[in-house]
Amino acid sequence: MEHTEAAPHAEHATTTGIDHRKMLIWAFLGSECMFFGSLIATYLVYYGQSISGPGPADVLDINTTTVSTFVLLMSSLMMVLSYSAISKGDVKRFRVWILCTAILGSTFLGFQFFEFTEFAHHHQEFECPPALDRPAQYPDTACMDGATHYEANYGLTPRTNLFGSTFFTLTGFHGAHVTVGVIWLLSLFGYSFRRRGEDLIRDGGLNVDLAALYWHFVDIVWIVIFTVVYLIGVTVA
Amino acid sequence: MEHGRHPAHPTPMTYLKVAAILAIVTFIEWAIFFAPESMDSIKLTVFSVLSVMKFALVVMFYMHLKFDERLFSMFFVGGLTLASGVIIALLVLFQALL
Repeated sequence: MEHTEAAPHAEHATTTGIDHRKMLIWAFLGSECMFFGSLIATYLVYYGQSISGPGPADVLDINTTTVSTFVLLMSSLMMVLSYSAISKGDVKRFRVWILCTAILGSTFLGFQFFEFTEFAHHHQEFECPPALDRPAQYPDTACMDGATHYEANYGLTPRTNLFGSTFFTLTGFHGAHVTVGVIWLLSLFGYSFRRRGEDLIRDGGLNVDLAALYWHFVDIVWIVIFTVVYLIGVTVA
Repeated sequence: MEHGRHPAHPTPMTYLKVAAILAIVTFIEWAIFFAPESMDSIKLTVFSVLSVMKFALVVMFYMHLKFDERLFSMFFVGGLTLASGVIIALLVLFQALL
């Protein structure tokens, strides 16, 4: 499609004087606040309502999640540096920073994949019930020969209980947003090789700014999830 | 460098300082989490305050809301207010306040 070349940094003629794309991304982020707000509300409403385990304190690992949170926060730094570079017309530095952002975003997704897998295969040690209380068909021989404890699968999946359903829905949707963000960042990285990045430099790096706003939003949503689901969720449990 | 209506944004050094604060606050949160159980009631307040602080830092400096058009703030804060309202309303309706 043919289109006329806009002069570098030319302002669009809009009634507000603000670029429509930037206005749209902020309106979108406002609606995303409501989307994640509903998911967080649902998680909180069903918090502690599961009739069977495991619960937050059984599976959530604060050490691992603190590291993944740090990774995502640092990806935001890389993102803002890439925007700073492109707004100054420095395409080489932009490429470095945006690639770092995508790598850190992928690392966060790796953490999430590891976490979800760990939850599904979580094992826990249980106390053996008194011999008289055991049903006749007591499943295995774990508690025979005088054993006081036995280890069994105590995994968490979306179908396990209410905690599993709400937890995986909330963090899964966040993970999907991070995935979209990584694809967006990589597409910008690839786009920067077209015409030596001139298209990205135009409008003061607006295309990068839009992606950056989305990426930082994903970051702030995680800040809330980390506090509500992990830190407070496990402390209260 | 100014680009038409684009307001001046912070320097990379400011971004680095903000990142350092975010990292330190995350470390503090981690350390507080492992504090004795007797401090649990205080922990919840501290976690909430630190979370709001991190949230505000990212929004103001990385998303440039502190420096950009007020209209953007209205869009975002509007959505945020509605989201907070939905959360509070649902918690009250289902009597699920922590």
